[in-house]
Amino acid sequence: MTSLSLAHPTCMPRLHFHDVAYQAAGQLLLGPLSLQLEGNHRTLIMGPNGAGKSLLMRLAHGLVKPSSGHLHWCGHVPRQAMVFQHPVLLRRSARANLEYALAVQGCPRNRRRQRAMEALEHFGLANVTRRPARVLSGGEQQRLALARAWLLEPEVLFLDEPTSALDPAAIRAVEDAINTFHHAGVRIVMSSHDLHQARRLADDVIFLHHGKLLEHSPADTFFQVPATVQAKAFIQGELMD
Amino acid sequence: MSDSAFITALQLIANFDPELLAIVSLSLRVSLSAVIIAAFIGLPLGAALALYRFPGRAIIIVVFNALMGLPPVVAGLSVYLLLSRAGPLGEFGLLFTPTAMIVAQVILILPILVSLTRQRIEELHGEYAEQLSSMSVSKARRIPTLLWDARLALITVILAGLGRASAEVGAVMIVGGNIDGVTRVMTTAIVLETSKGNLALALGLGLILMLLVALLNGMAYLIGEGTKRSLG
Repeated sequence: MTSLSLAHPTCMPRLHFHDVAYQAAGQLLLGPLSLQLEGNHRTLIMGPNGAGKSLLMRLAHGLVKPSSGHLHWCGHVPRQAMVFQHPVLLRRSARANLEYALAVQGCPRNRRRQRAMEALEHFGLANVTRRPARVLSGGEQQRLALARAWLLEPEVLFLDEPTSALDPAAIRAVEDAINTFHHAGVRIVMSSHDLHQARRLADDVIFLHHGKLLEHSPADTFFQVPATVQAKAFIQGELMD
Repeated sequence: MSDSAFITALQLIANFDPELLAIVSLSLRVSLSAVIIAAFIGLPLGAALALYRFPGRAIIIVVFNALMGLPPVVAGLSVYLLLSRAGPLGEFGLLFTPTAMIVAQVILILPILVSLTRQRIEELHGEYAEQLSSMSVSKARRIPTLLWDARLALITVILAGLGRASAEVGAVMIVGGNIDGVTRVMTTAIVLETSKGNLALALGLGLILMLLVALLNGMAYLIGEGTKRSLG
């Protein structure tokens, strides 16, 4: 690996949800729920489709505002980045995508190219530098999105089902990249409905069902002694409605 | 009759008839200038209209949409009133000059560029909004970002403006006056020569006009295909 490193934050910011609920068109889609995200481990948000996983993350990241309740960061509001299920890449080359993220952050022009190249190399994309981002393979696109997130030097990284459309080799590369962030001290919040992935990555699990928070427990506890019948059914791979 | 007119027309083109050349080059100068000026105003304006929310926004959008169908003679008439000796800008003496024609065509095609740009940018922003918000990109910063990323669609938008500018006759006729050697362009010359019965020159000009428009569209198509292939 290269000499890239992120500053280890001295104190990890904590995110508090207080009775947060979100509704659209009169329909309650999430909550009300209260929870805390603290420490710098890897939290997996799990649950069947439509459980509210993406919504919970968008609320945490500040992309949507809660309809009621409030959430706040204890300490300071950390630098954040988010990687989406379908990476949104600009219609430019891979390198230009990274240079754009640097430019937005106010990185001086003469340093952008070098930093972009470092990140491309770091995430195994050195051979596609000048390729248009949108003709890259799914796995390469997602790694480019991760490289872009890396350049934003986040303290918290949100990932919304980042591997759901990828093949096993690409999933492995993305998971390795996520662990690179983790080892650099970045707090990981990721949604997934892949149980095997959750077992590989999770330090703790938030389990949602029909917009309700059913469990928030350490990964071992969640997988071995789930507290709710719904979680138990989910872990056993039963089809849930 | 029309057969011999057609042959004469081809001869005029083949011989690079000086009168014909002067008319064609003025046409290009006026319409291209108008498109460039309108693009510099209309593209950022359209993008801003797509991104910002403010009271009266809906009205502005409806007005620009409606003005896409502005009759060229009305655009010409309003510029005429502005620039005529008694008008507010009369002192500049611009009436019956190519400048006046450019101004009239800018007014004519600006609504097209604004409205179509707004639509394209709104679509693209629908796709980019979450990612840009996630990176805390300001609204003002999004304008150049989206304009650049929509460049393919915007080429077509600019061409639509160029098509309208080069094909219209009403506006340039009123503010230009179709003065020989000064403000005579292809469309006004076609009207004049047809009414004089000089069908050969009219037909020659018509052919060149169509050829130029086809050429510009062909170029834009090739540019578009090339970039599409390389951008995915």
